[in-house]
Amino acid sequence: MSRCHVSTRKGLFTLERGGKGWAIARAAFVGDNVTLSMHDARSGDLYAALNHGHFGNKLHRSKDGGVTWTEIAAPTYPEKPAGYTPKMPVEGTPVDWSLKLIWALEPGGRNERGVIWCGTLPGGLFKSEDAGDSWTINRPLWDDPRREQWFGGGADQPGIHSICVDPRDARHVKIGVSCGGVWTTRDSGKTWTLTAKGMRAAFMPPERQHEENVQDPHMVAQCRANPDVLWVQHHNGIFKSDDGAATWREITDVSPSTFGFAVAVHPQDPDTAWFVPGTSDEKRCPTDGRVVVTRTKDGGKTFQAVTRGLPQQHAYDLVYRHALDVTADGRTLMFGSTTGSLWISEDGGDSWQPLSSNLPPVYAVRFEKPLD
Amino acid sequence: MPSVRFTRNIQRHVDCPTRDVDGATLGEVLRAYFAANERARGYVLDDEGKLRKHMAAFIDGRQIDDRETLSDAVSENAVVDIVQSLSGG
Repeated sequence: MSRCHVSTRKGLFTLERGGKGWAIARAAFVGDNVTLSMHDARSGDLYAALNHGHFGNKLHRSKDGGVTWTEIAAPTYPEKPAGYTPKMPVEGTPVDWSLKLIWALEPGGRNERGVIWCGTLPGGLFKSEDAGDSWTINRPLWDDPRREQWFGGGADQPGIHSICVDPRDARHVKIGVSCGGVWTTRDSGKTWTLTAKGMRAAFMPPERQHEENVQDPHMVAQCRANPDVLWVQHHNGIFKSDDGAATWREITDVSPSTFGFAVAVHPQDPDTAWFVPGTSDEKRCPTDGRVVVTRTKDGGKTFQAVTRGLPQQHAYDLVYRHALDVTADGRTLMFGSTTGSLWISEDGGDSWQPLSSNLPPVYAVRFEKPLD
Repeated sequence: MPSVRFTRNIQRHVDCPTRDVDGATLGEVLRAYFAANERARGYVLDDEGKLRKHMAAFIDGRQIDDRETLSDAVSENAVVDIVQSLSGG
């Protein structure tokens, strides 16, 4: 059974593909703000992150595919040392050592049963080795003085939204930080390297635009078949790496825009990637009210703006960074928008069909994927 | 002994029955309450032990002054109310 979990402002909706196509099979946490979900193919467990406006961020786990849920531990920040004074460089205020948002959830390697990585606001990377029953902050990254230079991008505090575990070697992990570039560990988080060389931050003064630690990669996507190829939807453009994030190359001249949040890469074909663009930083809605998916099949040399099945007048859907996903075979894609629309493609993005226009604002779309 | 009451809204997520607990400050009262209801702590306090941004606390109907260290005095027969504020959320 093909299954996809859609996290929204008012609940978690699970879609299944039956004989008549995709449909919502069940809803969980109706009325609550579900920001992200994660399916663990190693155990079959399902995880949901909730952000209660008053009561904080919580994690829930289901062992029966989302029928019943149990609250589990949420990541907790360590105690701030007495007299700690560093302030974020842009905001001029200190970072709270307190969980603001669960912004990334990713299973560890296929042989690391129970290992889950979690990225958070403000700027925390947590790891669980017991399937989410407990969490430990990654101190080497948290204690790195360069972490204190991170700043918020769209949020008041910096955060980790992307986690890419290398399927060849689970000790090799990459994370995306807004704003703080891309970081890489090759030893399960004992040491970290800042790996954003080649990125450009148009929002910084000219002399600082190429600094690696100020970059705002909105989303980092890694090709499973060729993990050295990574695609980034950045705040001010599209970037690609062919050498495992050692260097990045900016891709320009993509119509209608290179601005957006979401990116997905074909699991088998590193040259194929999909984006759902907005107009620009200051105009976060589709260009001319037309929803398009931009797709490249040649590694970024050319792009097609796919419109078939998507609204082409007065549509103001914005697609958040986690709200586009592709199945393991690269044929089926789904994305959801801030205005509660949800679209499916079962031909690799050639054409799209609406699944709903009435959902709450969509934060994340995640297919269940088999263990490869 | 002070009594602690919780908003109805929190009960949907975690049971927080009204209880009488020892303590001379709000921090002491809440620590005593959460000692027997650990899960509720994270719904009321953040990781730094401060009252969550969109929560409010009253002692005998008076809103507290110290949201960070919870040092407001609580008299022996006081009633402490923990509610959600109407901001945000």
